[in-house]
Amino acid sequence: MSGLTRRRFISVMLSASGALVVGLRHAEAAALPNVPMDLLGEPLTSLGAFVRIERNNRVVIGARGCEIGQGVMTSLPMLIAEELDADWSRVRVEQLPYGYELGPDGPTNRYGPQGAGGSTSITDGWKDLRQAGAVARWLLVEAAAQHWQLPHERLDTEAGHVVHPDGTRLPYAELVERAAGILPPAEPVPLKKPDQFRVIGKPARTVDARAIVTGRATFGIDSYLGGALVAVMMRCPHLDGSVESVDDADTRKVQGVREVFVIDGPVPGSSFDTNLAAGVAVVADNTWAALKGRNALKVSWKPGPWAEESSARLEAQAAEALKGDGVVVRSDGDMAAARKTAKRTLEARYQVPFLAHATMEPPHALIKLEPDRALFIGALQNPDGASRVIADLTGLPREKIEIRMTRAGGGFGRRLENDYVAEAVMIAKKAGKPIKLFWTRDDDLAHDFYRPYGLHQLSATVDRRNQITGFAHLCAATSLNYRIARKKDRPPGAGCLEADDFPAGLVPNLDKRFFSLESGLPRGPWRAPLHTFHAFSVQSFIDELAIETKQDAVELRLKLLGEARELDYAGHGGPKFDTGRLAAVLTRCAEAIEWKRKRTDGRGVGIACHFTFGGYAAHAFEVSVEGRDLRIHRAICVVDVGRVVNPLGVDAMMVGGTIDGISTALNLAITLKDGQVQQSSFGDYPVGRMAQMPNEVEVIVLPSEREPSGAGEMGIPSVAPALANAIYAATTVRVRKLPILPELNRRL
Amino acid sequence: MPQANAKVDKEAAVPAAAPAPIELTINGETFRHTGAPDMPLLWYLRDVLRLTGSKFGCGVGQCGACTVHVGGKAQRSCLLPMSALSGQAVTTIEGLASGDDLHAVQQAWIEEDVPQCGYCQAGQIMATVDLLKRKAQPSDADIGQLTNLCRCGTYPRIRKAVKRAAQLLAEAKAAEAKAADPKARANDGKSSEATS
Ligand code: FES
Ligand code: FES
Repeated sequence: MSGLTRRRFISVMLSASGALVVGLRHAEAAALPNVPMDLLGEPLTSLGAFVRIERNNRVVIGARGCEIGQGVMTSLPMLIAEELDADWSRVRVEQLPYGYELGPDGPTNRYGPQGAGGSTSITDGWKDLRQAGAVARWLLVEAAAQHWQLPHERLDTEAGHVVHPDGTRLPYAELVERAAGILPPAEPVPLKKPDQFRVIGKPARTVDARAIVTGRATFGIDSYLGGALVAVMMRCPHLDGSVESVDDADTRKVQGVREVFVIDGPVPGSSFDTNLAAGVAVVADNTWAALKGRNALKVSWKPGPWAEESSARLEAQAAEALKGDGVVVRSDGDMAAARKTAKRTLEARYQVPFLAHATMEPPHALIKLEPDRALFIGALQNPDGASRVIADLTGLPREKIEIRMTRAGGGFGRRLENDYVAEAVMIAKKAGKPIKLFWTRDDDLAHDFYRPYGLHQLSATVDRRNQITGFAHLCAATSLNYRIARKKDRPPGAGCLEADDFPAGLVPNLDKRFFSLESGLPRGPWRAPLHTFHAFSVQSFIDELAIETKQDAVELRLKLLGEARELDYAGHGGPKFDTGRLAAVLTRCAEAIEWKRKRTDGRGVGIACHFTFGGYAAHAFEVSVEGRDLRIHRAICVVDVGRVVNPLGVDAMMVGGTIDGISTALNLAITLKDGQVQQSSFGDYPVGRMAQMPNEVEVIVLPSEREPSGAGEMGIPSVAPALANAIYAATTVRVRKLPILPELNRRL
Repeated sequence: MPQANAKVDKEAAVPAAAPAPIELTINGETFRHTGAPDMPLLWYLRDVLRLTGSKFGCGVGQCGACTVHVGGKAQRSCLLPMSALSGQAVTTIEGLASGDDLHAVQQAWIEEDVPQCGYCQAGQIMATVDLLKRKAQPSDADIGQLTNLCRCGTYPRIRKAVKRAAQLLAEAKAAEAKAADPKARANDGKSSEATS
């Protein structure tokens, strides 16, 4: 039997301050000498966060996730508070640091999964964090059972108290000491039934809202350390270029500038596991001195291997690539035969641009290196990766690297990469001082891991009865499989095309192929990565098919989805895709926007739906175009994300996802010329402002008893196609290239 | 946490041959800046005073994350050199509440649960306080004139919060007027408390 030598069990201790600390920890069974190995039972499924109960009966819950605005600092502790039966209004939440530990069997994380990517925080926490709360509750009840000399089963709990059958209530704090002496249960504790929930499913506001609105919340950029110098980099603007010469005479004259030195970039073609670009670091006493010093630099650059690259060339490359055979991503039936027998074959091409993440808080890193240890403080999405990068560059063992996560001013995938952490370490090593690395907005826009560029060619075969008999999706793109270390583990169209996405399994003949494009621009995951990337083409094309075949666009989608059933889905968010759940959000969305009502006032309505990472979403917009102004009169977002942990949080994610989707679809593109990114500010990368946005996003969350799916990314992929479809309905201009506004203006 | 001593030496940025000191008040306290006169207020607040509520988002006046009040008016502190601030009164997000009593705009922001990542929100709040001084009951179009960026897309909730704040301020004002008017107080029977 495996796991005999090593058990996961619950650790309980009384802290110096008299607080009960309960966690689910990894440790050697031998550490509990009184417990025979066999009684420890099966290992619990996962590790958990700490619960601390203070003498004043305040419950402190550790939040393990990376808070990037998705609300995990609120929603994950809710899961623990539910099973603990804590009084949510009196819970205090504390951010936990990165929990790397080196056990006898290798590295583990004492808090379980801590990264923020793929909308998995809630699904993970649903499995293990509730158990952490349940065990803490069990111990407290057991303590009360001993105190009252009653069987455990006769006691109940409510809002931070154990309740005697006669109604007497004992605050948890009074049971702390006794509970700390009790051995935790050997088996996982049974969890509540949904009808017993008091916290899960109830709206909870952001726990640290007060700190945020008073300016006291600490983001990465707000972290300072005694003795730390501020560093800024002037990075090579040429993709994979290098530093030719540096004249730093004027820089060194700037009051407060301490050091200027070159930082090498990664070798062209090698994987991006350290920093992103070569450049010159200016190290100074404060940010302003560093910026002034950087302004005074005179650097000449060597352009590198991509000097000729431009967006125009990439577009030509994409069109050319589609003439080839590509790599088959999924193939059902015989699409070629379907083309031959079809009454009609319809075809259209759609283009999506590179995108930058443009997190409101640009990348930032605070690092202190000592001979035998390191401390990093900052905003992360992937603390595990940060720990590895620091270990690689310093040679320190990872257990000697302390990582404290702060609140992050946005993530959207940008902080899944730790290039800025690496850069800070490289600078700190050279400077021999703790370093606070600061990136400006132009740094951020010109040096990112961009959402891929792609050209989608879609075609469909239609028979005499207007049935869709075949569907082909050819995608030429710069995939994520670019200069990453574990390339061979990934499918060729990584980040661009998913084999089982709609309408796979819903048409008899399917041909999905990927055509890889060459580009020197680094790529990475961008909120709902491949879904924002391809849903625009698929859901726009379905609209075009409906119009061409004179069918209702909602009914055509429902017809394709067919009766409710589960289809296999191999990608993230699977293993199943439920056609009925997608049909349900679409139907509800159509009702909400009054899809059937004819508009006569120049307004048009568009709709789209998509399955993302286990969640189902539909969007509908009512728009008009007056002169050159696009006005969004109504915006509706309907989702099914399984059971909702925090309704206010899910609503926030859907409002935010919809607004992000509108802003991006209307305005944003990163373009290349002469091997350089052309955008450098919010002037030429115009993230949408209030005036451009609908006054309201009407969010409808379908009630569901299913396991929660997370909510951070489902609210965006169907936005761009629903908008483009609405614009067509209002103007009969079909926008097939993002961003929408420049294209619409060109065509109007 | 690495939170700095909020009050570093008030004359911290003092180089040897310092230019003429610049005196200004920040959140009611007087400070003397003897460092680089071209240093933008944003960096003085953040790096020198460790008042980090005002954020950097662009450094060129496009995003509003750095919004503070100078002489009661919203200004983007990344664009304001210290040399232009001699004798001025600056209020930052940290100075908006009076003690534990939040400003109505802050209160509305919590009640509408506006923040997502929260990074832009100090600037949004400072811009809103200014807007509500000019337009006590702002229309949708007035609110649309807020140009602060929010990358997380909190605009619809900001809209609701602005309206709620306007309401809270109007109620507070009415209560204050009532409290000041002895006749109204007599009619009321119980004294109404003004929240400011
Ligand atoms: S940082 Fe001042 S406006 Fe953006
Ligand atoms: S809340 Fe994140 S930028 Fe506004």
